[in-house]
Amino acid sequence: MSTETKPDIGIDRSVGDFRYEMDYAYDAGVGLTEATIDYISDVKGDPDWVRAFRKEGYRKFLEKPMPTNWATKDLDNIVFENIRYYLSQGQVPKRTWDEVPDDIKKTFERLGIPEQERKFLAGVEAQFDSEAAYSNIKAAVGEQGVIFVGSTEGLKEHPEIFKKWFGKVIPSGDNKFSALNSAVFSGGSFIYVPPGVKVKHPLQAYFRINAQNFGQFERTLIIADEGAEVMYMEGCTAPKFETATLHSAVVELVAMKGAKIQYITVQNWSSNVFNLVTKRGLAHEDAEIKWIDCNIGSRLTMKYPGVVMKGKGARGEVVSIALAGDGQHQDTGAKMIHAADNTTSNIISKSISLGTGRATYRGMVHVPKHLKGCKNNTECDALLINTNSRTDTYPAISVRGQGNAVQHEASVSQISAEQIFYMQQRGLSEAAAMSLAVNGFVNDLVQQFPMEYSVELKRLIDLEMEGSVG
Amino acid sequence: MSITTAPSVESGNSSNWPEWFRQDQRKAWDLFQSLGQPKRTDEPWRFANLKAIEIGGFQAAAGVRDAASLVAGSTAHADGDLAAKLVFANDTLIHTDVKGLPSGVLLLPLEQAAKEHEELFRKCFMTSEVRLGSKKFAALHRASLRTGAFVHVPKGVVIEKPIEIWHWVDGENATVFPHTLIVLGESASATVIDRFVSAHDESSLAIAVNDLTLGKNARLHYVGVQEWSDKATAFHINATEVERDANSTALQMNLGGAYVRGESDSHLLGEGSRSVMLSINPASGSREIDQRTFQDHFAPRATSDLLYHNALADSSRTIFAGLIKVEEAAHETDAYQKVRNLMLSDEAEANSMPGLEILADNVRCTHGATSGELNEDELFYMMARGIPSKQAAQLIVRGFFGTVLERLENEDLQAHLGEILDRKLGF
Repeated sequence: MSTETKPDIGIDRSVGDFRYEMDYAYDAGVGLTEATIDYISDVKGDPDWVRAFRKEGYRKFLEKPMPTNWATKDLDNIVFENIRYYLSQGQVPKRTWDEVPDDIKKTFERLGIPEQERKFLAGVEAQFDSEAAYSNIKAAVGEQGVIFVGSTEGLKEHPEIFKKWFGKVIPSGDNKFSALNSAVFSGGSFIYVPPGVKVKHPLQAYFRINAQNFGQFERTLIIADEGAEVMYMEGCTAPKFETATLHSAVVELVAMKGAKIQYITVQNWSSNVFNLVTKRGLAHEDAEIKWIDCNIGSRLTMKYPGVVMKGKGARGEVVSIALAGDGQHQDTGAKMIHAADNTTSNIISKSISLGTGRATYRGMVHVPKHLKGCKNNTECDALLINTNSRTDTYPAISVRGQGNAVQHEASVSQISAEQIFYMQQRGLSEAAAMSLAVNGFVNDLVQQFPMEYSVELKRLIDLEMEGSVG
Repeated sequence: MSITTAPSVESGNSSNWPEWFRQDQRKAWDLFQSLGQPKRTDEPWRFANLKAIEIGGFQAAAGVRDAASLVAGSTAHADGDLAAKLVFANDTLIHTDVKGLPSGVLLLPLEQAAKEHEELFRKCFMTSEVRLGSKKFAALHRASLRTGAFVHVPKGVVIEKPIEIWHWVDGENATVFPHTLIVLGESASATVIDRFVSAHDESSLAIAVNDLTLGKNARLHYVGVQEWSDKATAFHINATEVERDANSTALQMNLGGAYVRGESDSHLLGEGSRSVMLSINPASGSREIDQRTFQDHFAPRATSDLLYHNALADSSRTIFAGLIKVEEAAHETDAYQKVRNLMLSDEAEANSMPGLEILADNVRCTHGATSGELNEDELFYMMARGIPSKQAAQLIVRGFFGTVLERLENEDLQAHLGEILDRKLGF
């Protein structure tokens, strides 16, 4: 699984930087009004409760102010009336690769999806602009009762499970962008893993924005029932456009008693994308939710995966790598809400700022009253490559009562001149030495990614490092 | 005067100030009125108890009831151990002792300094922007200011013994605006202790400001010992400016108050400058201590080092929000920030927001925040040696604060403040 899989991953920006002229069968036009929402609901054939949910989300979206009291003013550059909220070629996901229209197939073949699936993935869902273009789940996994479909299909065909948790982990009014997503969501995955089922191979999804001025608003809901285990991986790309593009997803995870969910994201948006994503998991008793998040690319990413540890002994973990290249702002972090005794959370965040890139860690750890035995550990390390690079750290930690242990540590460092000198003495070029040092900085985290991702990640870091020295 | 009518400008004592300052005060009053009350969504007020800062019910402090007893009570040091002492009560200077000051050192009421040393006063009096949230309250302070302490130590003068400045508040719902302005010339050195005390167990409002200005290679130890009554509302707003190779160590001890907001803003202006920011906060009852700090590095090779220790008993609450900012030019910065919360009760709440903003490279910055409880092993160790559990816990808390006192690197000061702390903790 090393060199020959490299071109297949689809996180190398040069691989993702292409687009096709598409004739969309369904296009909600530019701007957002109640009519846009009705259009989307009509096209998708939403049940009434979903239409009502969307309208409620829209109302909250209008109500909520932009969070610029704490977040970057760059958010004010999003022009909501210039964005296209729904585009699709047809809303029914195809089951086999052959059924997928040729032009969409071309896109995903360049990203390497079918090859991936052939290799080992348990299921693949690929989203092209608003809708899932192709989804499949290996027979073996399906036989175990695992459901892996698009969110549209999920809410229609499995309403009894879907409705119970949809919008419960992240209410539409959570923030302005979760409200926007609730109003216009389309696509994303719905996964249900029955009690005791351990999905051996990772389930995988790809998200791609192909159209200019487009907003992608996928909605993912993953439920692991008692004792179940599942790993989900998502990759994201978009070609470079002249104007800003918006990606605003909502991802909800529910781990029932003793269940385990790992959610892995490798994002490589092009530098015109506003990537504003709300991700949160709900961990019941003894359950474990782990977010592994790698953010490369985009103009502005704001993403703080969270875990609400609702049951005793629940565990939450966020492992995050962010690389902010020239002109980019990675505003990432984690939220850990302890809501039961003996819950444990761990946050490890490493960021690299290159050129004029800015990496921000923003975190929240909350231990409310009358809890015992809660532990949190947070470590944030930032690496600055150039003199004009920038990094910030803004954690917020609230602890009530005794009997809990919370610690936060952060450091900022540079690659030492000695290290570089040492490597150059042994014949490495300065750039190669820098790359090696950066890879060393994130190495312990990269190892937590599945192997093919970690190999690709290293290569991607090398690419980003090119030209950053001297 | 209630807070909603214009302050001292119209209240009769304005003749003490020069006309230019009175104009300044009118502008400050307008600013106070035009600025809105802090809101929940204002980041500098995150987690803050906004109800506690609705300051409408307070009155201008009236005359002091018994000045002689307050002067008599202002004796933490034997007189021979001090370089000088000023005692203010309800914003009136009631006692001056400057016999021990080396010649050339100025220790004056602020209004006198504004008249006689206008240039210096203008250069150093509240010149930096109030950036940590209390702009409105600082404007009220400026508008309402009646007096305060002005300390100027000229170039090369070293004052060995401390200068002690007492600020008393006396009267139910009385308001005071203590101010200490310290200017150290090149290579000058001084130790200044501000004491904030309530005459009685009464509700009061204090909006206190201290400006610390250190010239090249100067050295300052500044301590604010805050012992307002447990019913008091207090704002303590600091700005420190440190020039090349100068070294400032400032400690804020919060031993009283119902609601205390502290804002400490250090500007590392000169190459090789250093600012050590310390705080000791034994919080009990329903006390709230809300502290915001800023370590702003403008020059290369400067150091800032912050250590705040909070011990939280009963239903007390603390907020710490700190920011280290390394500006673009400030290469080879060393900046550290650490807040530790020792939780002594299930009802207590500690909020920590340690922040970093780094715009330069080649810096060494770390910050940390921890919240934990008493170490069981340490308790057990002492109890096994016959120390009752309550006393053992007290000893641990005393030790927890002792590590902050050690950072003063001044044995006399450490011993003196240690005694104050012991009394507070009930040893």
